[in-house]
Amino acid sequence: MKLLELLGYFNYWVFAIILTVGLYAVISKTNLIKKLIGLSIFQSAVFLMYITMDKVEGGTAPIIQAGVDNQVFSNPLPQVLILTAIVVGVSTLALGLAIVVRINECYGTIEENEILDAD
Amino acid sequence: MDLLAHLPVLQVVVPMLSAPIIVMLQPRGLAWAGATATALVSFAIAVTLTLAVLNGQTTEYAVGGWPAPFGITLMVDAFSALLLLIVTGASAVALIAAKPSIDQQIELARQPLFYSAWLLALSGLVGIVVAADAFNIFVFMEISSLASYILIAGGPDRRALPAVFKYLMMGTIGATFYLIGVGLIYMMTGTLNLADIDARIGDVINVNPIFVAAGFITIGLALKAAVFPLHVWVPNAYTHAPHMVTVFLAACATKVALYVLIRFDYMVFQGNLIDHVMQFSLFAMPLAILGILIASAVAIFEGHLKRLLASSSIAQIGYILLGASFVSIAGLSASTMHLFNHALAKGGLFLGVACLAYHYRDLRLSQLGGASTHMPWTCATIVICGLSLIGVPGTAGFISKWLLINAALQSGDWAWALVAIILISSLMAVVYVWRIVEALYFQKPIEGETQLSEAPRQLLLVTGAVAILNIYFGLFPQVPLALAESAAALLLEGVL
Repeated sequence: MKLLELLGYFNYWVFAIILTVGLYAVISKTNLIKKLIGLSIFQSAVFLMYITMDKVEGGTAPIIQAGVDNQVFSNPLPQVLILTAIVVGVSTLALGLAIVVRINECYGTIEENEILDAD
Repeated sequence: MDLLAHLPVLQVVVPMLSAPIIVMLQPRGLAWAGATATALVSFAIAVTLTLAVLNGQTTEYAVGGWPAPFGITLMVDAFSALLLLIVTGASAVALIAAKPSIDQQIELARQPLFYSAWLLALSGLVGIVVAADAFNIFVFMEISSLASYILIAGGPDRRALPAVFKYLMMGTIGATFYLIGVGLIYMMTGTLNLADIDARIGDVINVNPIFVAAGFITIGLALKAAVFPLHVWVPNAYTHAPHMVTVFLAACATKVALYVLIRFDYMVFQGNLIDHVMQFSLFAMPLAILGILIASAVAIFEGHLKRLLASSSIAQIGYILLGASFVSIAGLSASTMHLFNHALAKGGLFLGVACLAYHYRDLRLSQLGGASTHMPWTCATIVICGLSLIGVPGTAGFISKWLLINAALQSGDWAWALVAIILISSLMAVVYVWRIVEALYFQKPIEGETQLSEAPRQLLLVTGAVAILNIYFGLFPQVPLALAESAAALLLEGVL
């Protein structure tokens, strides 16, 4: 029973694991592109959390149809929220990559320790 | 009359919609004029909203006419009005003065883009302040952060790029932590409106997710606000940013994150979670004290003028957090007041730095010898704002230090220790401000730099005006004090 209860939270386990994997990459990698990849993984974990919480077993899109009663709807709000968060994540990633390009132009490297040595 | 009702949303929309127009203003100087005009309009809106708040009314606005828990609400009360004044004021003042400094640091072709990023940052910051909805705060936080990354990286200094990369990493992690916290709260309460969360959070049976959410939100916002061990992005980002950007961001960016931290905690968690008052104090107070002492000590041994002031900013954030951690009317008014006064003092100091930087390429203290003979007015303003930073009577900084010490005295068993810490750190501030004064006035002039003159009049006049405001608000602090006190009363409603 206890084990089944824990497995029931499968999506949340995946969320926690992806979150830590991403954070680990951000902290441990010295290559700036790899850091950004880690950041993206980190953010994707949150998308999973939001999408999981709006899922209702057997739920459909929240559209009222004539003649259909007792329909179960999934909550559309978290999906809308996470759509916004995905846009934010994409713009952050794009800006981060643009900065890495500029760093490469100015320093000739994208390795963190070599950049620190250069100044 | 009809327009007046829409002021809260106009506060956000005016700079946001001006930004793409500014991009198209290519001819010389026009982009600056457009951006400054927009910033002044924003400031005028903020003043109008503040006057309404001073008359005792809280302005609420339902975006698109959808009523509260379903639609998005904007709200301007005493706390947000004070922050609106800081943000729009700092942006207007910095933009009016900015032209000579920006012309020197950013090439003409890129200036329209730069000013438009500035307006987006402004729009994001005021958006955070007026939003009464947890998710909107996240979106505006990211708008302002993305725009400020661009602003910091926009200058000629290549060291700004690694600095801004670090800021981007830490800022995004902070915002994502906040998002996780908001998600957990939404999961348990089914609402995002702050007032509605406050009303419904008491019905939650399993409070563990709420505790986790409180942790994520506090840590995330502390990262954005540069609270002590999470401050490592600040010194480099402030030091290598274009000088006028440092004025703008040092005066308001971290303060707005602190505002959200305080507002979220007091509105949602305090009074609804068991033992939260103690948890918040035990979390915030040690960090605040460590931040005050360590960052002040770092500032004493720092050799670069901008980096010294950046370290001092981290210490000042410690003061603000210390006031908030008392969970009392006195403590909160002190920290709200310090938000305002520190913005004045640090804004003035960084404006002075921008004046110096107009002629001095190298801002290490050892290279600034004899500046007072070439630039007497600039140095005088730096001294006045420095006195305000220390908290000398007669300047704005004194008011908030006095309030903070009063609040510390009422805070229980460890009152004397807290007062001692505040006094010691003020003495440390005397030391580091004196190091600046020594470099400017008493150091031997550098050979070969004899042709220097005062900074451009536009820059100098604004800097002087901010220095005078530091004295004015030291002698007549009634308006910010009234706002700070009613803000503290509002925040503590239902907590004590």
